[in-house]
Amino acid sequence: MAGGWRWRKWAARRQGKIMLWQALTLQLGYNATLVTLGAAMLGVAAGATGTFLYLGKRALVSDAISHSTLPGVVLGFMVMVALGGEGRFLPGLMLGSAVSAGAGLLVLTWLTARTRLTEDAAIGAVLSVFFGLGIVLLTVVQGMSAGRQAGLETFLLGATAGMLREEAVVIALGGALVLGLVMLLRRPMVLVAFDPGYAAGQGMRLRLVELAMMGLALAITVVGLKVVGLVLIVALLIIPPVAARFWSERVGVVVVMAGLIGGSAGYAGAALSATAPALPTGPLIVLVAFALFLLSLLLAPGRGVLAAGLRHLRFQRRVHLRQGLLALAGGQPVYEPLTLRLMRRAGLVRADGVPTEAGRAMAARARLDERRWQMLRSDPAFEAAAARYDGLTPLAEVLTDDQIAALDRGLRPEAAV
Amino acid sequence: MEQDFVMLSLPPLVIGICAAVACALPGNFLLLRRQALIGDAISHVVLPGIVAAFLLAGVVATGPMMLGAAVAALIAAVLIEAIRRLGRIEPGAAMGVVFTAMFAGGVLLLEQSSASGVHLDVQHALYGNLESLIWLDGWGWGALLDGQALRGLPPELLRMAGVMLAVAAFTALFWRALVLSTFDEGFARTQGLHTGALGFALVAVAAVAAVAAFDAVGSIIVIAMFICPPAAARLMTNRMGRQVAWSLGFAVLSAVLGYVLAGYGPLWLGYQNALSAAGMIATVSGIILGFAALLGPCRHPGGAPRGRGAE
Amino acid sequence: MALELVGRARIEDAVESPLAIRGLTVSYGEKPAVFSVDVQFQRGQMTAIVGPNGAGKSTLLKAALGIIRPLSGQVTSYGRPLDEMRARIAYVPQRASVDWDFPARVCDVVMMGLYRDLGLLGRVRPTHRARVTACLERVGMAGFAGRQIGQLSGGQQQRVFLARALAQDADLYLLDEPFAGVDAATEKAIIDVLKALKAQGRTVVAVHHDLATVPDYFDRVFLINTTAIAEGPVAEVFTPAHLQAAYGGRLALAQMGGAAAG
Repeated sequence: MAGGWRWRKWAARRQGKIMLWQALTLQLGYNATLVTLGAAMLGVAAGATGTFLYLGKRALVSDAISHSTLPGVVLGFMVMVALGGEGRFLPGLMLGSAVSAGAGLLVLTWLTARTRLTEDAAIGAVLSVFFGLGIVLLTVVQGMSAGRQAGLETFLLGATAGMLREEAVVIALGGALVLGLVMLLRRPMVLVAFDPGYAAGQGMRLRLVELAMMGLALAITVVGLKVVGLVLIVALLIIPPVAARFWSERVGVVVVMAGLIGGSAGYAGAALSATAPALPTGPLIVLVAFALFLLSLLLAPGRGVLAAGLRHLRFQRRVHLRQGLLALAGGQPVYEPLTLRLMRRAGLVRADGVPTEAGRAMAARARLDERRWQMLRSDPAFEAAAARYDGLTPLAEVLTDDQIAALDRGLRPEAAV
Repeated sequence: MEQDFVMLSLPPLVIGICAAVACALPGNFLLLRRQALIGDAISHVVLPGIVAAFLLAGVVATGPMMLGAAVAALIAAVLIEAIRRLGRIEPGAAMGVVFTAMFAGGVLLLEQSSASGVHLDVQHALYGNLESLIWLDGWGWGALLDGQALRGLPPELLRMAGVMLAVAAFTALFWRALVLSTFDEGFARTQGLHTGALGFALVAVAAVAAVAAFDAVGSIIVIAMFICPPAAARLMTNRMGRQVAWSLGFAVLSAVLGYVLAGYGPLWLGYQNALSAAGMIATVSGIILGFAALLGPCRHPGGAPRGRGAE
Repeated sequence: MALELVGRARIEDAVESPLAIRGLTVSYGEKPAVFSVDVQFQRGQMTAIVGPNGAGKSTLLKAALGIIRPLSGQVTSYGRPLDEMRARIAYVPQRASVDWDFPARVCDVVMMGLYRDLGLLGRVRPTHRARVTACLERVGMAGFAGRQIGQLSGGQQQRVFLARALAQDADLYLLDEPFAGVDAATEKAIIDVLKALKAQGRTVVAVHHDLATVPDYFDRVFLINTTAIAEGPVAEVFTPAHLQAAYGGRLALAQMGGAAAG
């Protein structure tokens, strides 16, 4: 009995693994393949587009855009029903969402430019008020006889089950279109995101470029809305760029990395969701993106937390040791407990705080180095080298032996005393 | 008519007012600290909080769900701060990463739970159900003095009123310290203020207000109360005390007007179905902000009220 | 010529000093902004903290006050830990460090200097208001008490900050770039107030960027460029070797020439 249960569990798990593998290698049939590729394309486009918003420190503008689609979706539905059509006609709903998100953007820009409100306040105001209005309109639709089963709630949380074929086609084509526009406009957008003042000085039409940036984010939102839902589409515009930023200091690379991260999240998320009925696509895509973000946050060389933390510890140790040695050389007591601990561990002082032979030797060397630096810094002949002084760099890294010897000639009178 | 009002309209009105005030109070400081969107983040993570609480507790009950929402808000606040500091990421982006990921987790859990055959009312969590909070024992104004009837008040009312009073007490007690550290954090620290702890306390208070209010007015609309009344108030005056007073006035006005328009507006137009009160409250607060942005005496950047130029 | 390792003053003096800093290192990232600085400011004197841009002048002040966290180092005030001496220390931050769009009037900002007296809930009494008015008078801003702070000019904002520090009635005044971007009249007004403080026996330490005015304004100077270069009376510290160490040649010489001519 128990054995049979265990066997079934094992079989189920094995079956799941096989399905996941098939999904990742696009072997789950035409529909699933289309959905996976569509989601990947949406992810690439969203990641690349979001990078410009993030670099311009305006990541959350996408939040305002996405929430302000809601009234448009509902109004679109109402208009189409009133005209006697099918209320759920996707292109109509998309048009409605684009119009109302555009209105939201206009209000946002106006509030920021014309009043003293800061952009974050304007974002919050626009997103909450448009969303509230959308909810009001939603209750209007629920009162309409045709609206009882409208299913407009999916725009909030995203499609609950897997994606439909035509939806996949829409997001793939829409994503490709946006991606093309991003490539076309990348130069002005980089300039404006990085340094709007300079870009304006270059004769660039600032507002036009900013409009294009936000317009592309709007396009991504409208395209992905039905599948991912209006809250989670924000994630696709924000998370990949933030994750990509850890890996590079160069804008071009960040854009490409963000596209790759967004694309992999779309691909893997959609594939995962194809393996079981209760796994909605949108959240899985976002969670995969978040996992990639966590990996980047922790592991990226340079800006990653582990690398930076290690560097900081090493740096802290260098600073404390150097300070401790200089204090020893000056015959002063060392007060910092951390300095003392580090010096004891390095064998420079004994447990009772008395310097060891090695400690005394190193202290003398540190003192000599520091003296040479001071000589060098007050001598105009060494001005270029003096700029590299930071209290830690050994002089031997900056000057040749001959140059140090020349410096020492200046030190000698004191050394002779 | 009188009985209808006391029974059906009074409790939601009072709850709406309490929720609006409880959110608008900390909202004033969040706005000036450029942290207005922390309310946005908190209100989104209420969803994963209540779903997780439901899955853990196994019952649809207010207590565990509010606890879950509060825990989720706390986790979100800590995560945002950690990611911001560790990754050296600007606060807006850090918020965006955290709340969308947690929201995604919430939706995923939700699908799992509904797959197991239990229906959790997400709409309720997202945009509240103010209208359903009625007082069956409220037979008239006299019921307000009737101990027996008072015991039948919706528990949400007492909870929300309590939270509002607690938020007001926090604001009053720490008023001077909050103003000082909001204006000049460095100076505040030289005065011996623990500005980090105070900032976190402010966010925690905002989270408590948001969590208490989501049950009544819905989580996502809470953010309108955090931002719109204080933002509109900022455009009316250049003094902190007056700004808070204006924001409270606007919050109450939004709650009352929004509730009335949602409940009676359609009837005036000849329709039967009431509209979402919470959504309407948010909409009204937005309209008020629109008027303030168009006409407020201190709307212009740079501090000069009504056309008097800065020197 | 040889230089003695400077800045490593004797520990026993620290008891007297209103602000004694030992082994202070602060870094943003991988390069120290301030490295192992020892300095003791002299009681009852006006000292300028001088050094080139990015030399760590403001960083030193902020780390000493606990506004930013140092990597290592101890700070004492009158021989006690700084936290116990907060009431005796007034601080004037850089003007640009706050948002002047904040909804407050001039008198509200000056009243903030009374925070330690008032506490969280203490009532504002007529004596407090009188003190605020008196401080505004001392900086020549008495007519602006009710003005919204966003409407002030740069010089006026600086005076308001100084008035807030005066309201603290402290023994040690620390000022971060008080003369940066202010008009000539304000500069004169500020230096008059600082000299009056000194005449009352109080200590003034100010981050300063204009070498030419140091001899006129200050008694002593602390020269810094990541590490301490020298601290002492202006004439003793402003030697070509010290200035070379702090600034690198040409700039310093040109500045000194200007100072001599002016």
